[in-house]
Amino acid sequence: MTIDWQAFWLTLQLAVTVSAILLLVSLPIAYWIAFSSWRGKFLVEAVVAMPIVLPPTVLGFYVLVALGPRTPLGRWWIALTGHTLAFTFSGLVIGSILYSLPFAVQPFAASFAGVDRKLIAASAMLGASPLRTFFRVIVPLSVPGLITGAALSFAHTMGEFGVVLMVGGNIPGVTRTVSIDIYDRVQASDYAGANGTSLLLLAFCFAVLAIVYGLNRKPWTVGPVK
Amino acid sequence: MSDVRTVEPVESGAARSFASQVSKPDGARLTARVRKRMSGPGHEFVLDVEFEAAPGFTILFGASGAGKTTLLDCIAGLVTPDAGRIAIGERVLFDSAQGADVAVAKRRVGYVFQDLALFPHLTVEQNVGYGLAHLPRAESSASAAAILQAFRIGHLARRSAGEISGGESQRAALARTLVTDPAVLLLDEPLAALDEPTKAKIIDDLREWNRAHRIPILYVTHSREEVFALGERVIVLDAGRIVAEGTPHEVMTAPRQETVAQLAGFENIFDATVDSVHPERGTMVCRLAGAASAGPVLLETPLVRAGVGSALRVGIRAGDILLATSLPQGLSARNVIPGRVASLEQHDVIVSARVNCGEAHCGVEMEVHLTLAARDSLHLEPRKEVWLVIKTHSCHLMQK
Repeated sequence: MTIDWQAFWLTLQLAVTVSAILLLVSLPIAYWIAFSSWRGKFLVEAVVAMPIVLPPTVLGFYVLVALGPRTPLGRWWIALTGHTLAFTFSGLVIGSILYSLPFAVQPFAASFAGVDRKLIAASAMLGASPLRTFFRVIVPLSVPGLITGAALSFAHTMGEFGVVLMVGGNIPGVTRTVSIDIYDRVQASDYAGANGTSLLLLAFCFAVLAIVYGLNRKPWTVGPVK
Repeated sequence: MSDVRTVEPVESGAARSFASQVSKPDGARLTARVRKRMSGPGHEFVLDVEFEAAPGFTILFGASGAGKTTLLDCIAGLVTPDAGRIAIGERVLFDSAQGADVAVAKRRVGYVFQDLALFPHLTVEQNVGYGLAHLPRAESSASAAAILQAFRIGHLARRSAGEISGGESQRAALARTLVTDPAVLLLDEPLAALDEPTKAKIIDDLREWNRAHRIPILYVTHSREEVFALGERVIVLDAGRIVAEGTPHEVMTAPRQETVAQLAGFENIFDATVDSVHPERGTMVCRLAGAASAGPVLLETPLVRAGVGSALRVGIRAGDILLATSLPQGLSARNVIPGRVASLEQHDVIVSARVNCGEAHCGVEMEVHLTLAARDSLHLEPRKEVWLVIKTHSCHLMQK
C-alpha cells in the first residue's frame, strides 16, 4: 500500500492557500450580509450559497470556461503570464475559493449577526469608526465563528474532487490532489492504494473537525443567516 | 416611600478628585425637536416632542413604552427621526430640513444604555480607554486611571468586564462614557437594577462630576424616587408626547393629567361631578361616582374653574388620608367620611388598607396607607368601622 505523498502535500498546500484567502475575502462579504438592510440581500446570499447545492462539475465547468481564452479574464491572464489559468495550481485555487466560499461566509455572517447590537452601538457612541468597531468589537466576539469558517473551508477544500477534475485535470505535482489520486487508483483497480489514501484523508478531516469542535464548543450553521 | 436624598451623603473620593479639576464654564444647551413614527408589535404611536435641556439634570419620566428610549436613540443618532432638528448649542446634529445628519461617532453624545453594553472581551481599563484611542497612549491611560479612581473602581482595572458586579459594571459604564468628555450625556435607566444605597452613592458621584462638567444630562427613569432625588427639571412623556414639564415638585405634586397622576403615585383616582361651588370659601363640593342607589360620597375640594355638573377627576394620595376609629371632632379637615375596612395588606413597613366609603356598597373604595404602629394602636381589622379624614387640599383635581 503506497500513499501518494506528493498529492497529499499538494492538497494540503491548496487547502491552506484557499482558506487563508477565504478568510480575507469572506470577512467583507459576511459583514455586508450580516449588517446590510438592502432589500435585494437575499439574492446575494443565494449566490454565495449556490456551491453548497450545485454539482461541482457545473461549477468547475463554468470556472474552466471563465479562465479560458474565450473570456476577458482568461485573455488578460494569458497576456500577463503567457499561459492559460486552466490546468494550473492558480486555477485550482480560484475554483476552490468559489467552491468553498459559503463554508466560510455563512459561519462568519452568522457570528457577526450574533454580536449584540448594543455593543456595536456603544462602540460608535464612544467615537469609533465602523472599521475600528469591526476589528475591536465584532471580530474578537466572533472568533468561534471565524475558526469554524476557516476550518470548514479548509476541510472542504481538502476533500474536493469535481471542481479540481474540471479545472485542473490530473497533472502530478501541479493539480493532482488526493481525491483525484484515489479516483485514479480505483480506475486502475488499485483498491489497496485507494484505501490507504482514503483512510489518510478520512483521519485528517476527522482530526481537523474534532480539534475545531473541541476548541470551539458552539454549533456552527451552514444554513441561511437569519 | 424612600427618598434617595435621605441616604447619608458619602464623603467621597469622587468629591475630592472632581473638585480638584477646574470647573469648566457651562456647556451648551441641547435643543431637540423630534418626530418619529414608531411601530412595534401590538402598538403604534408617534413620538412628537420639542424641548430644551440646560446643563444639569433633566429627567425624562414616563411609563415604559412612552417613547423615552426612542427619544434618546434619536439624539444619539442610533435612530433617524422622520423629521425635526437636534442641536447642541450652535452645533446641528440633525436637521431634516437641511438634510443634516451627523454620524453617531462624531456627535460627542455620551450614552449609557440600560443594559450598559460593556465590552465583555475587554478588561475594565480597556473598556474605559476605548473612547480615547485618538489620544497618545500615556495620556489615554492616565485619563482612564483618573476616572476609574474617581468612580472608585481603580482596583478593578485589570478585571474582565464580564466578571464584575452590577454596581461595579454601572460605574465602569459611566466612567467609560464620561471619560470621552461628551457634550451631552444620555442615561437610560442606568440605576434601575441597583439597590438603594448603591444607587444613592452613584448619583452622588454623578452629581459631583456634573458640577465640574456642566453639560446637559438627560436621565430616563420610571422611578418616582429618582425624579425627586435627581431632578432639577422633569419632562413627563406619555405615548410619545410631553404631557408635563417643570420642577419635580410642580409636576409631581400638582398633576393636571391623569397619566401624570398615575405616574406620580395617586393611588386613588375617582370620576366626579361638581355638586356645588363656594367661591366665598375657595372650595367646591364634588360628588364621587359610585352606585346610584347608595348615598353619595361628597368631597370638599379646592375651587377650580368648573361649573356645577361638569365632570372631572379627583386624585388623592393614599398617604394623605387619615383614619379614625371614632367620629373625630374639632378638625380643620373638611372631609370626614364614614366607611368600613374591606381589607388590610402589609407591604414592607407600610400597611395598605382598602376602605369602603359611605353607606354599605356605594362602590367608592379608597386606599389608605398607614404605619404598622397605627394599625396596631387602632386595632384595625377587616369590617371595622372607621372615619376617613381628608383635607381639602389633599384632593387634586384633574381634567377628565
